[in-house]
Amino acid sequence: MLRFNMILLLVVVICALGVVTSQHRARKLFQALEAEQERVRQLDVEYGQLQLEMSTWATHPRIEKIARDRLHMVTPDAVGRVIQAQAPIKKGAR
Amino acid sequence: MVVRRRPQRGHRYTESPVLQLALQGWRSRTVGLLLMAAFLALVARGFYLQVIHNDFLQEKGDSRYRRDIEISASRGKIVDRNGDMLAVSTPMKSIWAIPGDARTMNAPQKRQLAEMLDMNVRELDGKLASDKTFTYVKRQVSPETADRIAVVKFPGIHQEKEYRRFYPTGDMTAHIVGFTGVDDKGLEGVELAFQNSLFGRPGSRTVIRDRRGSIVEDVGATKPPQDGKDVRLALDSKIQYIAYSQLKEAVEKHSAKAGGAVVIDARTGEILALANWPTYNPNNRERLSGAQLRNRALTDTYEPGSVMKPFTAALALERGKVRFDTVINCAPGRMTIGSATISDAHPHGALTVAEVIQKSSNVGTTKIALGFTPKEMWEMFDSLGFGQAPNLGFPGEVNGRLRPWKNWRPIEQATMSYGHGIAVSLMQMARAYTVFAHDGELMPLSLTKIDEAPPHGARVFSPQTVRELRIMLEMAAGPEGTAPKARVPGYRVGGKTGTAYKIEGGVYAKKYIASFVGIAPISDPRLVVAVMIDEPTAGGHYGGDVAGPVFSQITGGALRTMGVPPDAPIQVAEAASGKGKL
Repeated sequence: MLRFNMILLLVVVICALGVVTSQHRARKLFQALEAEQERVRQLDVEYGQLQLEMSTWATHPRIEKIARDRLHMVTPDAVGRVIQAQAPIKKGAR
Repeated sequence: MVVRRRPQRGHRYTESPVLQLALQGWRSRTVGLLLMAAFLALVARGFYLQVIHNDFLQEKGDSRYRRDIEISASRGKIVDRNGDMLAVSTPMKSIWAIPGDARTMNAPQKRQLAEMLDMNVRELDGKLASDKTFTYVKRQVSPETADRIAVVKFPGIHQEKEYRRFYPTGDMTAHIVGFTGVDDKGLEGVELAFQNSLFGRPGSRTVIRDRRGSIVEDVGATKPPQDGKDVRLALDSKIQYIAYSQLKEAVEKHSAKAGGAVVIDARTGEILALANWPTYNPNNRERLSGAQLRNRALTDTYEPGSVMKPFTAALALERGKVRFDTVINCAPGRMTIGSATISDAHPHGALTVAEVIQKSSNVGTTKIALGFTPKEMWEMFDSLGFGQAPNLGFPGEVNGRLRPWKNWRPIEQATMSYGHGIAVSLMQMARAYTVFAHDGELMPLSLTKIDEAPPHGARVFSPQTVRELRIMLEMAAGPEGTAPKARVPGYRVGGKTGTAYKIEGGVYAKKYIASFVGIAPISDPRLVVAVMIDEPTAGGHYGGDVAGPVFSQITGGALRTMGVPPDAPIQVAEAASGKGKL
């Protein structure tokens, strides 16, 4: 009887230690998950900032200024212009 | 070994009757019971605290390691029809202080913080002098700066995440996009009109933090944050840029007070461009004046002048009062109604109805208009949307002024036929012209992109009337018309000029509003373009000279941007398109 009780006690202790380790591991993993999620958020933020930067570089006034001043581009006269109709013609066109 | 036995007499020591200290039974029982009762009381109290009434202790425990964290949600973006950014939020930090704690900083620390925040020390001291427990030191600090501040660990200085709205297109789209206040709340324009869908709803989660403050576990339910929805406008930023830059150029060239331009897609009623001058930079809103903030195209009314004439002619054609080529005697360029005289800028002789529009004769239009009852004319104006807001959901859009027909005097009916005594906004005027671009239907306007089939408008004129009107409008923008400068190379365009006197203090002043509203291309209209220049003082004041060239530039640029094939009978263009009817 006593021996049986001792075995049970041992099992209980082992289980308790198991709970402690798995809890610890769960927390470790959770922290890793948190860190990754934080990274996702930061990358999101960076993506937004890059998008913003891109659209700031690509504003029409800036493009026109560079095209005219630095690249010396001009709008062609209507006489020299050929416009190709889009094929197939877009939805909604008559 | 000899064992001496004890003599067997007397009592053993332990059995000595002297030492018999027998307690009375009830005393020991009482003590036992009392102890038992005390233990029971403790158990009961423990049971009460831990099981029955455990909120208090639970709360005390939780408050030591549980935290509610807000998960921030970002505000939706505003993009144009091609997905170009018009307004976007990006996270910033606000630096706040507990002044009592922050005052413990020593002088070098203060100088360092002030330098990092781009402030001077006195300014910083001013903020920290507050006797409140919370004060913002600086809001909307860049994340990089905030990180550097966090590393130094100034006493009493804390940070908080917040968002800042950026407008990459700046002053170009300021009036249509609007702006938000510091708390991410729309204050103007689309930011205000679409506040409900743009706004992000923050979520929350409850977590357990360990001793070092890092999150170790989620407990309870998390409420996910709802990011604001993006709004896709109908605006085309290329066309907007063309409209904006041309308008700005014209206002400067003619030393005008203000100006507005509107471009509408004739097939769908989408607003492709809406530009105003003067404008402002929404990214830096210091020292703004009301004049800069006003979205004139929607919130200001003006008397349109001759731009109104085509509607009078259209009603006459529709009712069969005149035909396209009915001759009207406009000599000698003057006519008297009651005590008032109506005159033409240039006297004409006999003109056909088409020529009345082409040459913009006030006398001719009046003669046509006097054939209607006031009710007939009022109903037409009403069905064209005058006197009622365009219903865009845009803040501050105005109704204009259209007086009830019952108390019109004949002179008023006459002046209204050529656009005086009636006040409209530029947007209403542009919308009204969609009837000429859309076979007689008045298109409902849309600020946002329309993806499905465009809506149908209410019919105002028959397609036959509209076809004839288009010819008249093309004549008006032709070499013999009032606005030869409105022509666009390669395309057939039509439109009507307006040169209206401004009313100041109830009387007409010698100040003008020059406008032009037109459609293009005439063979299959795609665009309605309206331009208005307020008080041009240099280089002419006629609609054809001031607003006409702006119309030409905007329309030419917009048609090219949209890839609309030229429809004018120019040799090169025809040879190139080669695909028949377009």
